[in-house]
Amino acid sequence: MSATLIRSGRVIDPANKRDEVLDLAIVDGKIAEQSAIKNQKAETVDAKGLIVAPGLIDMHVHLREPGFSHKETIESGARAAAAGGFTTIVCMPNTSPAADNPATIAWVNDRAAVTACVNVLPTGAISKNIAGDELAPIGSLGQAGVVAITDDGHCVQNHELMRRAVEYARMVGLPVLDHCQDYNLVGNGVVNEGYWSTLLGLPGWPAAGEEAIVMRNILLAELCDHRIHCQHISAAGSVHLLREARARGVKISGEVCPHHIALTDEAIQNFDANYKMNPPLRSKEDVDAILEGIADGTLSILCSDHAPHAEFEKEVEFDQAPFGIVGLETELGIFIDRLVHKHRKIDIVRLIEMYTVEPAKLLKLDAGTLSVGAPADVTLIDPDLEWTVKIDKFESASRNSPFDGWKLKGRAVRTIVGGKTVWRL
Amino acid sequence: MSMNWNRKDLLGLRELSPEEINFILETADAFKQVGTREIKKVPALRGKTMVNFFVEPSTRTRTSFELAAHRLSADVINISATTSSLTKGETLKDTARNLEALHADILVLRHSSAGAPQFLAQRLKSSVINAGDGAHEHPTQGLLDIYTIRERRGKVDKLHIVIVGDILFSRVARSNIFGLTKLGARVTLVGPSTLVPREFEKLGVTVSYKIDDVLPTADVVNLLRIQHERQRKEYFPGIGEYTTLFGLTKERAKLLKPDCLVMHPGPINRGVEIDSEVADGLQSVILDQVTNGLAVRMAVLYLCGGIAT
Repeated sequence: MSATLIRSGRVIDPANKRDEVLDLAIVDGKIAEQSAIKNQKAETVDAKGLIVAPGLIDMHVHLREPGFSHKETIESGARAAAAGGFTTIVCMPNTSPAADNPATIAWVNDRAAVTACVNVLPTGAISKNIAGDELAPIGSLGQAGVVAITDDGHCVQNHELMRRAVEYARMVGLPVLDHCQDYNLVGNGVVNEGYWSTLLGLPGWPAAGEEAIVMRNILLAELCDHRIHCQHISAAGSVHLLREARARGVKISGEVCPHHIALTDEAIQNFDANYKMNPPLRSKEDVDAILEGIADGTLSILCSDHAPHAEFEKEVEFDQAPFGIVGLETELGIFIDRLVHKHRKIDIVRLIEMYTVEPAKLLKLDAGTLSVGAPADVTLIDPDLEWTVKIDKFESASRNSPFDGWKLKGRAVRTIVGGKTVWRL
Repeated sequence: MSMNWNRKDLLGLRELSPEEINFILETADAFKQVGTREIKKVPALRGKTMVNFFVEPSTRTRTSFELAAHRLSADVINISATTSSLTKGETLKDTARNLEALHADILVLRHSSAGAPQFLAQRLKSSVINAGDGAHEHPTQGLLDIYTIRERRGKVDKLHIVIVGDILFSRVARSNIFGLTKLGARVTLVGPSTLVPREFEKLGVTVSYKIDDVLPTADVVNLLRIQHERQRKEYFPGIGEYTTLFGLTKERAKLLKPDCLVMHPGPINRGVEIDSEVADGLQSVILDQVTNGLAVRMAVLYLCGGIAT
């Protein structure tokens, strides 16, 4: 029997509408009643001045294994997650081979069980080989333990195929996550279509290329009466579409990545590929609309789209560089700094809710709460700690971040998974 | 000529001040004069090595840079995409660093990716000269266009410059827009709405879709080639319709003021964007542009190459 007492922290547990200073007990890897450790020796963790939150969930990361272990492994990605305050991460299926079959899911699960210090939950592909042509074995993927299906990095262009995927996923009980990108509208676009693409002569990726698919997904969510979750929303128009549809009760939701609120497309002017991601950085008007969408609940989930790439892959001509940046070790700091401190769009309680209750509800996870009996996944957060991002200190195997040197306020200081501290500052 | 030049690279006209642009033009004046002498060569870059690194094909610009370097007594090496190790999977950065390891002082880069010269300039000690990057900039073309206008009209300030054609994909258009507006010219862009999006107005120019309304007040008409090999067919219905709506035909040329200059960066598609008679007519300064390009490139190589050491 092992016991831990996290003392005198501000326990924020949105699932139980709890926000008070108290001691949190952990016994044998589960959240316990305080009385359960009265009569035994417990390790104590002083959390005075800290927030004691349910372990944070990042439901959008790329761990690159199998196939691209020079960018990241499940092991290194999990360490990066722990260092960012995450106890559960949901990995995308665009690996090699793609996670479009139960064997690859089993491999990921095995690998995670042996090497990962946090909970790793795989998603499965919507279509075979993420090619958008025919359905992947969604039922078998469900039995293998995926928490959702998505073709992330790609987008099923055939609306009929997408419709059948959503209908089928409803039967299996899996939510559908979608990377919203209309290939015809986007073409070879690499940056937001607007002032900066015009100035720099870089191929534009119009906001309408995202909005068209968000609209498609709203229609299909209605038609199939099943949840579609729109990944990494970047455009103001998408926020308006989601707001209107959610008000009508459509089963549609959206998530936000830190770079889409912390940066605009102005940042691309030096052609630095660490500012190249998909969807691209957009205008100030888009950023403002996303902030409003977070404030009013239209956008309900925060995540990183952690996308590691090796330095040599990013050190090329801008239009030839791969899309994406790492995010696990900076996202919480950026979101607390921007959403809670700078823009005051939400309070820390809602921020924690968007990282715990919301993804847990969407993906039906046994996580995101400090209820007695729940797995003792806990994140200790100092919301006022001022720190500087140093990419050479990252746990991730990759360094492709535009945030090196940024001064942020707020970060995780200890990450506890199943009662065990897996990382501390 | 009282200013000091302190840039090792020429990446675009957007980052140059009006003074810097004028300084290059004045330096080019001196080199143009050299071209009229019996011995057209000066020792300004003797002992320096210039690499013409053309990842995207070009005849005119590559030859012009090569000749400019020879006239400055530099040693010249030409590398094209097909003869470089890029075809073997080497990255641009590695190829360039190898060239630098061979003590290349000046790297003249033509590349299909916007920003490729910026990328190299930040990573090399060598001087990097942009000879055209994607749809971004072609600064020496912009400079030679401005030089030609200034030579013929005595100034650039307050002139009405009309640029016609595929603006969206044109690096020549962007360098002209940046340079001309800095020097006080009024710039109007004309072409199909798909290739001349309104967004360009945020760069301080006017956009028009009616060429006949614009030509009568033009002091210069700069016609860009329709790059039909680059374009997806969605951009306009066809060459015939383009000529009907935007071509500088003999008939349309009658709308021009007698002293209006007709320019074209080449290569010309006769009968498409410009009628043959207009290209060869009295108002045409198309071949002056080519001659001036040599002087302008000598000036750029001399100024930037001098900093590189």
